[in-house]
Amino acid sequence: MTTSRRNFLAAAVTAAGAAVTPDLAHAQEHSHDHDHDHQAVPSDPALRVKALESLLVEKGLVDRAALDALVDTYENKVGPRNGARVVARAWTDPAYKQRLLTSSDAAIAELGYGGSQGEHMVVVENTPKVHNLVVCTLCSCYPWPVLGLPPVWYKSAAYRSRAVIDPRGVLREFGMELPDGVEARVWDSTAELRYLVLPERPAGTEHMSEDELATLVTRDSMIGVAKVSRKAQGAGA
Amino acid sequence: MNGIHDMGGMHGMGPIKPERNEPVFHAVWEGRAFALSFAVDGPWPYGADRYAIEVIPPEEYLRQSYYEKWITSLIDLMVQTGMVTSAEVASGKATNLSPKPGHVLTAAEVASVVAAGAPATRNVSATAHFQPGQRVRARNINPVGHTRLPRYTRGKIGTVERDYGVFAFPDSSAQGLGDRPQHVYSVRFAARELWGEQSNEHDSVYVDMWDDYIEAA
Repeated sequence: MTTSRRNFLAAAVTAAGAAVTPDLAHAQEHSHDHDHDHQAVPSDPALRVKALESLLVEKGLVDRAALDALVDTYENKVGPRNGARVVARAWTDPAYKQRLLTSSDAAIAELGYGGSQGEHMVVVENTPKVHNLVVCTLCSCYPWPVLGLPPVWYKSAAYRSRAVIDPRGVLREFGMELPDGVEARVWDSTAELRYLVLPERPAGTEHMSEDELATLVTRDSMIGVAKVSRKAQGAGA
Repeated sequence: MNGIHDMGGMHGMGPIKPERNEPVFHAVWEGRAFALSFAVDGPWPYGADRYAIEVIPPEEYLRQSYYEKWITSLIDLMVQTGMVTSAEVASGKATNLSPKPGHVLTAAEVASVVAAGAPATRNVSATAHFQPGQRVRARNINPVGHTRLPRYTRGKIGTVERDYGVFAFPDSSAQGLGDRPQHVYSVRFAARELWGEQSNEHDSVYVDMWDDYIEAA
């Protein structure tokens, strides 16, 4: 299997126009020696990543300041607060909601969000009759520009395996009982479309402003494993 | 490939464990692993990065955490494209000159690169072989290379709900065989078609399917 894996990657890279270097040729010749070459590096991931970063900086392949900026972007700038603003706008502006459901990319861009892992967005609406749930059974596809990077449970084998075969059981595990008459729609993100759930606006929030509503909208409600409650939970849940 | 990554419908993976107030990264190294994977401009084509994760041996795939798998696959891709050598990865020290680096991302460029993303749509015309409302069957194929056709849909009948337009085809691209752009559709499968009578009669699973994954039913 490792040999076919190497052949495959070598072919891909050659076809992509990259130079096949002496090192690659060496790796192919000795592929039987490289069955687990990823284990030849320190097994502690922290040490391994530190060593890799040093190496790539030394070789001029990455710029450390760019790494800092990327970490800062996804720790502090891009996250579920973005999605919460989109949802709150849709709840308070019917014309915006219509645009969001029909031209999701453009409507999300109106609020300044878009880009990596949200290039092709689809927004699906929860109603009293339909409940939507998003998963990626093949990896961990997730709409970064509006929700940030995915939580560990979303990437877990437990969630990825069960969401498609037992959505009601999964929802129950999150504390949500879906009535029999409500249709569960599971969206498996197998291509490059990225899904955002537009949750139902909770009753009793008619007096609230768009900004106040945004504070109620949780990450989990935009994945589809929770409803939005009238009491603020914070977007981290 | 029929790998461990293709998890839809499997049993026995245990309970889902949500974490309250979960941090974006659980350790500094996770953030660095994410950033390295994002920043390295490697010569591999669209889809090869996902395939490099899928070929991690199954016992390792299940053992490694998410960002460990990212680093494992990044190292594999970089070694195999000659950007680094295994010896360099092991020692953390450069021992030879790299081939000419691609573009090296700078801090000043990060915001615009993140905002631009990397669209997988292709601005070429391609024949749409299927129309919304049409009944289709997911083809019963078992490619050994990269594919985004989940096993649980193969041979099952669904309905085309929407045509999303023309996208690069990862099954081809990841093997270096070119983008072969084609239409991607949202296909709705009744839960009972996929899983039998145990499922709720109202439920369904929507799966995104490239043109080559389906046939008229």
